[in-house]
Amino acid sequence: MAFAYAPAPESRAVVDIAPSYGLFIDGEFREAAGGKVFKSISPSSEEVLSEVAHAGGDDVDAAVKAARTAYSSWSALPGAERGKYLFRIARIIQERSRELAVLESLDNGKPIRESRDTDLPLVAAHFFYYAGWADKLSYAGWGPDPRPLGVAGQVIPWNFPLLMLAWKVAPALACGNTVVLKPAETTPLSALFFADICRQAGLPKGVVNILTGDGSTGAELVAHPGIDKVAFTGSTEVGKAIARTVAGTDKKLTLELGGKAANIVFDDAPVDQAVEGIVNGIFFNQGHVCCAGSRLLVQESVADEVLDSLKRRMATLRVGDPLDKNTDIGAINSAEQLARITALADSGEAEGAERWAPACELPSTGFWFAPTLFTGVTQAHRIAREEIFGPVLSVLTFRTPAEAVEKANNTPYGLSAGIWTEKGSRILWMADKLRAGVVWANTFNKFDPTSPFGGFKESGFGREGGRHGLEAYLNV
Amino acid sequence: MADVTASDAALRRFLHGLPGVDAVGLEGRAAMLGTRSIKTTAKAYAIDLAISMIDLTTLEGADTPGKVRALCAKGVHPDPADRTTPRVAAICVYPDMVKTAKEALSGAGSPPVHVASVATAFPAGRASLQVKLADTADAVAAGADEVDMVIDRGAFLSGRYMQVFEEIKAVKQTCGRADGTSAHLKVIFENGELATYDNIRRCSWLAMLAGADFIKTSTGKVAVNATPPNTLLMLEAVRDFRAATGVQVGVKPAGGIRTTKDAIKYLVMVNETLGEEWLSPQWFRFGASSLLNDLLMQRQKLSSGRYSGPDYVTVD
Repeated sequence: MAFAYAPAPESRAVVDIAPSYGLFIDGEFREAAGGKVFKSISPSSEEVLSEVAHAGGDDVDAAVKAARTAYSSWSALPGAERGKYLFRIARIIQERSRELAVLESLDNGKPIRESRDTDLPLVAAHFFYYAGWADKLSYAGWGPDPRPLGVAGQVIPWNFPLLMLAWKVAPALACGNTVVLKPAETTPLSALFFADICRQAGLPKGVVNILTGDGSTGAELVAHPGIDKVAFTGSTEVGKAIARTVAGTDKKLTLELGGKAANIVFDDAPVDQAVEGIVNGIFFNQGHVCCAGSRLLVQESVADEVLDSLKRRMATLRVGDPLDKNTDIGAINSAEQLARITALADSGEAEGAERWAPACELPSTGFWFAPTLFTGVTQAHRIAREEIFGPVLSVLTFRTPAEAVEKANNTPYGLSAGIWTEKGSRILWMADKLRAGVVWANTFNKFDPTSPFGGFKESGFGREGGRHGLEAYLNV
Repeated sequence: MADVTASDAALRRFLHGLPGVDAVGLEGRAAMLGTRSIKTTAKAYAIDLAISMIDLTTLEGADTPGKVRALCAKGVHPDPADRTTPRVAAICVYPDMVKTAKEALSGAGSPPVHVASVATAFPAGRASLQVKLADTADAVAAGADEVDMVIDRGAFLSGRYMQVFEEIKAVKQTCGRADGTSAHLKVIFENGELATYDNIRRCSWLAMLAGADFIKTSTGKVAVNATPPNTLLMLEAVRDFRAATGVQVGVKPAGGIRTTKDAIKYLVMVNETLGEEWLSPQWFRFGASSLLNDLLMQRQKLSSGRYSGPDYVTVD
């Protein structure tokens, strides 16, 4: 008899999702001025989770006004006082982490193991970290009294809904800005729960405003003349549109966009751990990660060995119910994203790359894509150039370190890269030459609030996290 | 792979040419597997499997025939109140207790509970080869089904790999019986003394090349014994060894595994690293003493729905 794991579902009862939610403006939930609503579904079951308000131009206006009003007193608070609110928010997030993890897995489709062990601890850590900075801005290297920017308009993606919120909101508030945040259309719920946490923490009204909606809401927000700063995380295409909108105004802009990261495995790599790193690099969060290691560059002399190990490991990945504690790969976030992944994977086959996926049974409802790898991929293939944003790995080979660098850099993106070798000097040599915002050595997809994160080239500009992350929200 | 053991230099080149181990990555993988949630039917399966994999151990200076007989009785009927409880795999004792254990288990029927004997100047291994072989021969002559030897850590750490290799081979030979059969040889590394993961991987290959039937983490007598990462590393080594040679070798973590939760974590590692083929007492063992009672209490909880207590399992 095989050791089959019985279902181990995390209880849904820990989270109470209301049938409908309004917009969070000036400390209150209210319906959209136009009365428009949309539904948020669970991508693993297609079940409707809640109906949320769809913010239009009037709502954006109201939210920006509320943020502007709150700004004068919030920015005048001593840093230590702002820090107290942020510490309080961080503690409440920790206390409510189980509830928020379940909510995130329901709305996003990511496995509970990841929302519980990665997303939520990082969310709290981000608030704790920037809470600590709030009263130390005078010592951050920008003179004795760096000033905030004003009202920040923030638009975040659906892949790490609450974590991306934390990356945006925590430094903005610590520096004395007020915010209007628009969560992604497919994952609005955790931001609305965060609104409730702001109230629980007694945060002054108007400091944080949450507008749910689709791309049009985001476009209204970034175009609004009343904001001083735009921060966006999402696709390069939308990022470019935002840059065009903001051009010619005095709004400050930071963009964190797509990626096509190379995960580079040398012949002296610790093979078992490299395979884990490859898996974590591309299959973490269903590959819905802007810094995913979606291109595996493996040295030709060990390619067969590494691929054999990788396939064996991929066969043990457990795809299914995001709320099952033993699930490794959850649901694709939306039908639209699934269609995009499917189309790009099909192009890989059509262009002559060899497709492989382990035998795995996918649930009949919801949006699913089996972990997949392509061998025989060349730099000319679409799957080597375009961001797939799904659990699809393109495998390329190289012969020398110089060739690895050349291939790794041969992309319009430059967000992250990974190096696997036991040779320390080679890590330093490579890190120096790779044009990527983050270079991981013998690990991948490791995040920490103290470390700045951001891109080169079409992956965007500006840094989030660390001391560098403050700069995006200070007038310096 | 005979050529890699043809000379001291060849053996050293081979062992030092094995892929390195990244400690952070290895520990991360072991920790991730430790988060698997094993419930209901899976838990019942794992508990029974774990019981059947135990080498129920007493290795004390104060061991007496009475103590060993009590342990043997427990190994055959771990839970006197529930005869459906599986037997343990073996009773593990010092060589001078082998005879007592064999006698105590003689009428136990099937499936057999084996007698494992530590040998080769356990636990330090600081004796001449002659003494170690005599120790082994003594245990085999007394009827030991399995021999748990310790390697010469001093020789390994000073880079005398060939000496360690030859010693294991000699002990393996001494495990042979007159009728042509042989006691199963488990080779104990003492991971806590080898200290680095690279050493543990090298030692795994060294022992397997020398003919080990099982590789075993530790004696249970030092500060660091079996840990999930060092056991995971050995599981990867037996997997790779079989891929290279076709020979399947077993793994035995020992020391420090005291709870059902811990034991299940190890079984999850076996399951997801090696698969079903290693999920039997023939290929995986736990060297433990107090673990059994915790498994029994959890087993009672699963069948009755409530926790019993330490007075509802036997103390030996």
